[in-house]
Amino acid sequence: MIITIASGKGGTGKTTVATNLAVSISSSIDNTPVWVLDCDVEEPNCHLFLKPEIYTSEAVGVPVPKVDKEKCTACGKCGQFCEYSAIVALKTVPITFPELCHGCGGCSLICPEGAISETKRRVGMLEKGQSGDIGFVHGRLRVGEAMSPPLIRAVKKFVFKKGLTLIDAPPGTSCPVIEAIKGSDFVILVTEPTPFGLNDLTLAVDMVKQLNIPFGVLINRADIGDNRVSEYCQAEGIPILLQIPDNRKIAEAYSRGMMIVDVVPGLRETFMDLYFRIKKMCGQQHNEEA
Amino acid sequence: MKKPKELVVISGKGGTGKTSLVASFAVLAKNKVMADCDVDAADLHLILKTNIRHREIFKAGKRAIIRQKDCTGCGLCLTNCRFNAVKMIQEKKGEKIFSIDPISCEGCGVCVHFCPQEAIDFPENVCGEWFISDTRCGPMVHAKLGAAEENSGKLVSLVRTQAKKIADEHGQNLIIIDGSPGIGCPVIASITGADLVLVVTEPTLSGEHDFKRVISLTEHFNIPAALCINKFDLNTSITERIEKEAQEKNIILAGRIRYDKEVTYAQVEEKAAVEYNSSQAGEDIKALWEKLKTIL
Ligand code: SF4
Ligand code: SF4
Repeated sequence: MIITIASGKGGTGKTTVATNLAVSISSSIDNTPVWVLDCDVEEPNCHLFLKPEIYTSEAVGVPVPKVDKEKCTACGKCGQFCEYSAIVALKTVPITFPELCHGCGGCSLICPEGAISETKRRVGMLEKGQSGDIGFVHGRLRVGEAMSPPLIRAVKKFVFKKGLTLIDAPPGTSCPVIEAIKGSDFVILVTEPTPFGLNDLTLAVDMVKQLNIPFGVLINRADIGDNRVSEYCQAEGIPILLQIPDNRKIAEAYSRGMMIVDVVPGLRETFMDLYFRIKKMCGQQHNEEA
Repeated sequence: MKKPKELVVISGKGGTGKTSLVASFAVLAKNKVMADCDVDAADLHLILKTNIRHREIFKAGKRAIIRQKDCTGCGLCLTNCRFNAVKMIQEKKGEKIFSIDPISCEGCGVCVHFCPQEAIDFPENVCGEWFISDTRCGPMVHAKLGAAEENSGKLVSLVRTQAKKIADEHGQNLIIIDGSPGIGCPVIASITGADLVLVVTEPTLSGEHDFKRVISLTEHFNIPAALCINKFDLNTSITERIEKEAQEKNIILAGRIRYDKEVTYAQVEEKAAVEYNSSQAGEDIKALWEKLKTIL
């Protein structure tokens, strides 16, 4: 089963939920291998809490064109084709702009002279490790790199069919988020009971509905604002999975990179219960479809 | 006439109070244009209460769509697509039906070009909308990216260009930009060529980690940066550590804001923190703004 933890707005506690859910399940339920995939590759934070031992690290790249000057006849076909202006040919041997290239391979397919081959442009690093019984994978986007989806796709190759995979998605609702969420069995949308939290939640709900994945809402710092988030969920028939109250102990534990299940008694059980309920909700969904 | 200055507020990590801060700046600053470049999760309009006077559709990129009546089911598109966007949706009696998942389609056009039947359409994609609004704090340019859309970087650039146009036409000398979280495409589009980036962070391990990443980004693009630590009293030792690191990198320490529940209460009442009577954080923000004025 794949559960993705996402949120329209950043800083709502996505990473806290992902890591604490992982720790609660792996320490209490036997025979459920747990993997955490941190797909928030722009600002990966799960490792600060899980403190995994990293045992492999590799560069991830996207294929970009390389033009053989000897073969090129300056016909300009590659430049006309590229949708991203990543290869430009104005009656000369083309100039490439690797940072704009999406790696579609079109220019090399189109070149009538076979003058274009591909090399790799590094977009970031993929690291794999272990934290206790939890398997861990994350990507780190290279600073200055604009394109995160290829790196997210690389991290997601580690989704395991058996056991439980928890994905920490980037905040927002645009392409990197979709890349992270696609293929999940369930999405937990984490939000806060504030006007910003509500606005960003409605955007996130639109997105998950388009992807057609079952989801529920977790309200973090549930007592800091007003009731509009709960009212919205009730009106829309969206299940509220859990409400975590604002708690100075939680904020402090978080600031120091500690697990909140270690400082708030009973929270571990709450997270386990959350997992069982999600499992049941996904099961019901399958039955309804069958 | 002097070119208007651009101040961009970013946070690396989301949820550090960036937008609340920008809303307060909007109230404090004179003669400026506001721009919300957090197009993915735009919130500034909730506080500034926009009155939209101009709206336009934002189109960018293209999407491939198979015309089923012309498709012979050869499957070349499936072989050629590197983004796994082409799906075989049906196969019976040897007849294959293909379709392109609009969410996975990267808009590269490889399938379109190589389709032997020319059976693939490639229309331009509507992926959002942008607005010029009047607010109680002056003009504001903002946008909304459609759910599950890409091209946020282009939309950010468009919002900035429009804000500059307004400033040029009406002689405003400052543009205050609410940037997006992260370090990827929309953030790069928000900060390139700006006069000053204000990084807002929190004294937590994540905040510190993301601060370092975002600062290497401003260094990479050679943009002057200033730092503000929000809720600095949550963990003063991390606050000091971040500030020390900032000083070593020649980042201006612009201010600290204390943890104050009134900031959230102000938001619930759709007010900026500096408009909320008893907010102490509001006083910190005023001091921060005075300092920023001297830097700009
Ligand atoms: S691989 Fe695709 S995106 Fe890259 S330069 Fe060639 S045509 Fe353009
Ligand atoms: S398509 Fe091939 S031959 Fe034509 S300009 Fe491009 S690289 Fe040169």
